[in-house]
Amino acid sequence: MHELSIAGAVLDSVRREAELRPGTRVLKVGLVVGELSGVDSDSLRFCLEALVRDTEFADISLEISPSPRRHRCCDCGETFTVADYQTVCPACASCDTDCIGGTELQLSFVELEEQ
Amino acid sequence: MNRVSLERKVLSENDRLAAGLRARFAAHNILCLNLISSPGAGKTSLLERTLEGFPREMRVAVLTGDIQTDNDAARLARFGFPVQQITTGGTCHLDAKMIERALERWDVANLDLLLIENVGNLVCPASYDLGEAAKIVVLSAAEGEDKPLKYPSIFFKSELLVLNKIDLLPYVPFSLEKARENARRVHPGMEILEVSCTTGEGLPAWQSWLENRRAQLANAPAGAAT
Repeated sequence: MHELSIAGAVLDSVRREAELRPGTRVLKVGLVVGELSGVDSDSLRFCLEALVRDTEFADISLEISPSPRRHRCCDCGETFTVADYQTVCPACASCDTDCIGGTELQLSFVELEEQ
Repeated sequence: MNRVSLERKVLSENDRLAAGLRARFAAHNILCLNLISSPGAGKTSLLERTLEGFPREMRVAVLTGDIQTDNDAARLARFGFPVQQITTGGTCHLDAKMIERALERWDVANLDLLLIENVGNLVCPASYDLGEAAKIVVLSAAEGEDKPLKYPSIFFKSELLVLNKIDLLPYVPFSLEKARENARRVHPGMEILEVSCTTGEGLPAWQSWLENRRAQLANAPAGAAT
């Protein structure tokens, strides 16, 4: 259960963005959670909601976009989404493919309004 | 309303500290390895057998993380190498800040090898970069061979899988073949070693792996780690 420390890191970043823009209020935070990031989205949401309670961010809405595991074929360049751990290239059947997505844990945006 | 695009890693602060650690390790040519497993898979036993096999002049140190107690540090200190316990007091993983703080007590320049034993947990440690050159995941024959499929993140991010407790194979319904297959489904081409820290079987291959990894580091340009 490390989602609480991750939620804390998200909130620190959001607070920093808000401080950079005095006179604004944060409405929404966008996160990308990769399938291989080791982070559970529901648990992260639960922890963030617990952390913002009774703070100036209490009304913040949270948009969590899942990011599936993506691979690129080293032989033919095909990019594809990996389902059921199937990492073989669907175009040329090469086994030599590299992971290009799905490990990320990103803070993608904040939405603010003038107060 | 105004949308500000950030596209920033959530753990950017941890990653910044980890990058600093990695640069320090590279500057002093130190191989840092991060050992991860569920509780009881044998990380401490593997470290005991590893330290036991080193010559006295080996410049190795161990950081061992647990939620409570310094039992592991006591077990590992017997071999005469520097060992520090990091007691997280509830946190289920080590982070780069904890490593940085622990290293303040040592002269890092005097090390060639730093072994980090993470808190026993297959989930959370996967998210935290500690500046290591490689993560190593330990799985024991007393666990299920489907662990790689259940906890793909750590098996994907680890360079090496050490399958421990192979001396128990006659007594447990664990298929080595299936475990290997599952690990490589998640992480194609993953390196796998089979060992028993009790009988010593397979440990020479682990020692060779360590030596090769150290040699690779000596030949690789600084900062090439992922």
